[in-house]
Amino acid sequence: MLLQHAADAAQAAAHPLSGTAARYLWLLPLLPLLGFVLNGLLSLVPAFHAGPHDPAAAHDEHVPASHDTNASGAHGDDHHAVPRHRFAGLATLIGPGVLLASFALAIAIFLAMLGAGGGEMHAPYIQRYFSWMPVGDLQIDAAFQLDQLSMVMILIITGVGSMIHLFSIGYMRDDPGYPRFFAYLNLFVFFMLVLVLGANYPVLFVGWEGVGTCSYLLIGFWFADKANADAGKKAFIVNRIGDFGFLIGMFLLFASVGSLDFVRVAEVAPTQLVFGGAVVTAICLFFFLGCAGKSAQIPLYVWLPDAMAGPTPVSALIHAATMVTAGIYLIARSSVLFSLAPVASLTVVVIGAVTAIFAASIGLKQWDIKKVLAYSTVSQLGYMFVGVGSGAYVAGVFHLMTHAFFKALLFLGAGSVIYAMHAAYHATGNHEDAQDMRNMGGFRAFMPVTWVLMWAATLAIAGVPPFSGFFSKDEILGTLFLRAQHSTLADASWLGIPGSAVLYICYALGLAAAFMTAVYMTRMMIYTFHGPNRTGAEERKHLREAPWVMTGPLLVLGIFAVVGGWFNLPTLIPIGPVQALDHWLEPVVGAGTLRTTLGTVPEASHSTEYALIGAAVVIAIAGIALALLRLKPDSLVPKAQSPEEHGFEKVLADKYYVDELYDDVIVQPVVRGSRGLLWRGIDVGLIDGLTRLIVQSKDDDAAPGRIPMGGLAARSVGWLGSQLQSGRLGTYAWVLVVGVLFVLGAFTFR
Amino acid sequence: MLSESLFFSAVLFTIGVIGVLTRRNAIIMFMCIELMLNAVNLSFVAFAQVYGAAGQVFVFFVMTVAAAEAAVGLAIIIALFRHRQTVDLSNINILKG
Repeated sequence: MLLQHAADAAQAAAHPLSGTAARYLWLLPLLPLLGFVLNGLLSLVPAFHAGPHDPAAAHDEHVPASHDTNASGAHGDDHHAVPRHRFAGLATLIGPGVLLASFALAIAIFLAMLGAGGGEMHAPYIQRYFSWMPVGDLQIDAAFQLDQLSMVMILIITGVGSMIHLFSIGYMRDDPGYPRFFAYLNLFVFFMLVLVLGANYPVLFVGWEGVGTCSYLLIGFWFADKANADAGKKAFIVNRIGDFGFLIGMFLLFASVGSLDFVRVAEVAPTQLVFGGAVVTAICLFFFLGCAGKSAQIPLYVWLPDAMAGPTPVSALIHAATMVTAGIYLIARSSVLFSLAPVASLTVVVIGAVTAIFAASIGLKQWDIKKVLAYSTVSQLGYMFVGVGSGAYVAGVFHLMTHAFFKALLFLGAGSVIYAMHAAYHATGNHEDAQDMRNMGGFRAFMPVTWVLMWAATLAIAGVPPFSGFFSKDEILGTLFLRAQHSTLADASWLGIPGSAVLYICYALGLAAAFMTAVYMTRMMIYTFHGPNRTGAEERKHLREAPWVMTGPLLVLGIFAVVGGWFNLPTLIPIGPVQALDHWLEPVVGAGTLRTTLGTVPEASHSTEYALIGAAVVIAIAGIALALLRLKPDSLVPKAQSPEEHGFEKVLADKYYVDELYDDVIVQPVVRGSRGLLWRGIDVGLIDGLTRLIVQSKDDDAAPGRIPMGGLAARSVGWLGSQLQSGRLGTYAWVLVVGVLFVLGAFTFR
Repeated sequence: MLSESLFFSAVLFTIGVIGVLTRRNAIIMFMCIELMLNAVNLSFVAFAQVYGAAGQVFVFFVMTVAAAEAAVGLAIIIALFRHRQTVDLSNINILKG
């Protein structure tokens, strides 16, 4: 703050938010950073008290039971008694503590914003700290920007984040890496806040990369298991492809607009970039490549299901509620650019819709409870992209918000279930897969709180009114339908197909995906909570509800999963303030939306709107009904006795063999090329060969039968040089004189 | 006057160079080097007539260095003769690489 320029201070003083709690904006990410530093220091301390009865030493004697590495999930090897970390109490205080403080500050800032006019506040509140990259025309400040969009994101990140931190107290309780876990989690929140607070693309990118790093660290949290470490690497590498796109997009943007500040870009982009031109389309497509990586869209979605190798709270926070939605945030933040590029926007819609139905269909046949939720997340992210792609930026952000509530709840609920399973297996020494739904069943009796809350989240994600997911999903699909009738997207053409036809097809895909969502979520609920229990007679005695520190956050999230949709009620259902989020976000994305809709505010006839809502509800109910009627949990057998899948079911269960395809088409050729050409050919053949020719190595003497080529070049050059040294003074004198004459001549006759 | 002096200086210098290049006797080569140095001195003095006294100052430097060089050079030649009983440089190539 001390570095803030006087001029900026004067500018900020004019802002309605200056002087309010918003002046502590910098503290918002700093608190989690502080938590990271403190917890990080704690994690450096050995986990256990050293001494003759060092449990760490005793722990090592147990070979970690690497049963089924595919399970790879929660509590990698903690079937063994491990005492708590010696500073677990302190870490409990710091980790969730800093986040709750951050959340409190976020609420204070939110209230200040409401006081300053809320949705009527048109200029963002910007805090400049120092000049980061002053290079000629490229002037990048380390600056934070607070506006309505970042406010929504901040509340989600700190709010949902706090709940997940609290849940982790219980879930990670007995992990020897307890402080390390909270250190990573705090660091993640810090970077996520930098991401949404950055006032320009490079600062956003710092957060973007930072959350990627934390994602890598947390996926591989139990890195002693190679499968987990590999999953982390996969996430990191796949994301690099997307980040490359993001970077290129930034370079192009700077080259064509001359600035990377959000405010400046929004000002000059509409005049400096040609509507629908190649440049803005390229920028948006490159940005979307980045989004596809971060937000797990086709073709870069493959890392997210594997990311479930991390602890379940991580899956809830990073891989469902916050980080993976960074792509949606980026597009909403760049709404000015995307509204200038209808073809790129159509691409976003198509990829989103295809991803939604593709991932949903895989989710139909997964047995791992977290994998179901992972594919569900990919599918729901597809919906959000359909929203922001079709210029319904508010709808996309709305679904982002409701999804954060119900998906975090689903993941944490699944975490509770897995926690109970682990406790039961732990007590009986069983090494079955604790995440496979075939080993569950009938949990309703053991975990009634989790059961009720999970059903609430399921109804929300399936889109049953009045649960939150219904409103957001309906808004996305409804707006998409309207856009197909009248928008710049409908007027454009995509790969030769008229835009309106593309949008209608995507609408159909979205409805089909909604149907599948209802089916696979109901399937998950039935197999986990209903029917007979398949865990085992002995294990069943140990199944019980999670402690209150875990169910409490579930309850809070459950309330929001139910009522979260009321933040943006459609005008048709005026049971509260209608379109609150629309008004709230209008200053940020309003211009982009208006350009997409050709300057008009499209009003659908009430009959159309009733039909759209009706279709969504019928589809959701039909999906749930179908699953309830057709699925027979009674005939299910535990995983160990389950038969192989057949036909298309096997294709779905094996995820369309996309990983195998990538492996054959991309990974293996790269490996072969690296081995054959780069290693054997260039490294060993060319570079080592040249080296051997130049320098004599000991190997040459040692290898019998090899022609003594070693050092040939060096010796030849040395012999030539020695011939100049005749030792005759006369020759030297001649050479000297000839040289002098040559130089003189060169100067004289040049 | 200047051009004549410079011409004479050039002639002396060339004689010195040719002497160094063609003769084998170390003493004669040494004298030729002195000749070249003095040729340069002559041109310095000649230029000093036109451009001021700096050239004359330089001549004193050259003479000082030449005296030192003569002392060292002659000492080397005497040492060489004591070892090889000759000052013919064509017979001496101990610096051969």
